[in-house]
Amino acid sequence: MYTYLIKRMLWIPVLLAVITFLVFILGIYGPGDPVQLMLGQHANPEALERLRHELGLDRPLMVQYADYVSRLVHGDLGTSLKFRGQPVSRMLGRCLGVSVPLNAVALGWSIPLGILLGVIAAYKEGTRIDRAIVLTVVVGISMPVFAIAPILLYFFAVKAQILPPGGWDGIFSTKVILPAIVLGIGPLAVMVRQTRASVLQTISEQYVLTARAKGLHDRRVMFKHVLPNALIPVMTIVGLMFGSLVGGAFVTELLFGIPGCGQLAFETFTARDYPMIMAFTILGAAAFIMSNLLVDMLYFVIDPRIRRP
Amino acid sequence: MNIREIIKELGQNRMSLFGFVVVSMLFLTGIFAPVIAPYHYRDQNLDAANESPSKEHLLGTDQLGRDTLSRIIWGARTALFVVIVSLALGTPVGILLGALAGYFGGLVDTIIMRVADILFAFPGMLLIFFLAATLGPRIDELARSIDLLDPLVKGGFIDYVVVVSTLSLIGWAGMARLVRGLVMSIKERDYIDAARSIGAPSWRVIFRHIMPNAISPVIVSLSMGAGGIILSEAFLSFLGIGIRPPNPSWGAMIFSNYQFWRTRPMMVWVPGLVIGVIILAFNFLGDGLNRALDPFTKRR
Repeated sequence: MYTYLIKRMLWIPVLLAVITFLVFILGIYGPGDPVQLMLGQHANPEALERLRHELGLDRPLMVQYADYVSRLVHGDLGTSLKFRGQPVSRMLGRCLGVSVPLNAVALGWSIPLGILLGVIAAYKEGTRIDRAIVLTVVVGISMPVFAIAPILLYFFAVKAQILPPGGWDGIFSTKVILPAIVLGIGPLAVMVRQTRASVLQTISEQYVLTARAKGLHDRRVMFKHVLPNALIPVMTIVGLMFGSLVGGAFVTELLFGIPGCGQLAFETFTARDYPMIMAFTILGAAAFIMSNLLVDMLYFVIDPRIRRP
Repeated sequence: MNIREIIKELGQNRMSLFGFVVVSMLFLTGIFAPVIAPYHYRDQNLDAANESPSKEHLLGTDQLGRDTLSRIIWGARTALFVVIVSLALGTPVGILLGALAGYFGGLVDTIIMRVADILFAFPGMLLIFFLAATLGPRIDELARSIDLLDPLVKGGFIDYVVVVSTLSLIGWAGMARLVRGLVMSIKERDYIDAARSIGAPSWRVIFRHIMPNAISPVIVSLSMGAGGIILSEAFLSFLGIGIRPPNPSWGAMIFSNYQFWRTRPMMVWVPGLVIGVIILAFNFLGDGLNRALDPFTKRR
């Protein structure tokens, strides 16, 4: 198992190198000749050459790539095209200060509630409660944020007027409630589904039968024997959840007028601001890889069965 | 199991029946959109802009006086086209590569699955956005340079090409991973040994003996995947890097109607709910097919 973990760790630099290379190639040359794009169709060839030289785009490809990576490692992600002259890294830093707390609130309510509902559904398997929970979950997984957000907004902010329609004042303002609900619904549904399946599988294990046979109370069996084992696979999903938050964040932050990374990303993607798009893609992938590695390592710590060589 | 039996099995469960009916409706609406829709999706009538629902316009009109219901109906054709073409392009590649990786193992497996791993290393939606944003202009430019494609360029058809190529470029990886796992478990069975021992060539073992036994999970995953494709298309069009107006797309409708969310919420709700209900239907249908196609699930 140690060898597996070490292999995974060694694979990560390779993966990051390939990812940055792909993003670099596609980001710079994917849309067409970058210099031509900047100067327009009818620019004179001399001007093209001059700009190409100024930007260092006349150097060999691998040199450009090495340069890009070395700047990346030093935290220089280039400058935004849309927001002229603004360094990408500073804009990212600013937006993360909004998006991270927002998504933390969304996951903060949805993960515990999802586990709870999943356990209840599994415990009451086949009953009406179980079926109601499962049905709600499938509906929750299917409804995209741009279906849920406008409906909640209309009822809570326009009709009832009990919640503000958007904006951002930190996580202790009522403005956070609606977007946190919208962002949390997807993760909630995924957690319920995974927890329910995992608990049901664990219940049929022999050690649970043993625990029951020696006369333990149902609740004790659940909390002492079933849950600690059932929650291990659920963790994997928490790692993958980061990936599913991305699409929703774009739309949710835009619809609620929250100045976070989702809104910033939306603006840069619609404006085709390539330095920003590249930065978002590379950082998104890096964060995703790291969160999955973290979950793998956590597995290793929690589950003694995997640790055995 | 023939198709009639499968449909009968789907009818046993209310949710899979719902899924089957809604998905069939999507197909029919998409195919017969020009017949069903009361107006063309491009028909503008500035005298009748921003109207509330009426007898002439059952769901009202948008800011250019276009009939919302007609645009929803034509949007079904867009969604259907994107789903069918992306799956038709990505699935065979995924099945082939997955089968090769699972059957031969070793270096073939390593190469194919490492490439897939690179795609899985990105948060899915972000990779789709990135590819559409970077490859879109290149495909567009390429199409413009070919005179023959002029009518397609003018009709905005290149947007469809961009969306479909982005989604199929990524879609094969999930299918390959699924098929690889299936093939790896099936190839250990005795009847595969039997086929091999009478001298059947590899391609025959794969396509005659292994694949027919792996087809059910593939069909189920296609149904589940279709919902994801519809969602991705909606997201791309919402961002303005997918299907762009005046071509009809539900995602783009939500974006352009969003300014009216307070005053005329239905303009935003209807396309959003249509997307949600169809994704729900594909999920239900996938569950139903899973039950119907798997001979080992217990019948209730």
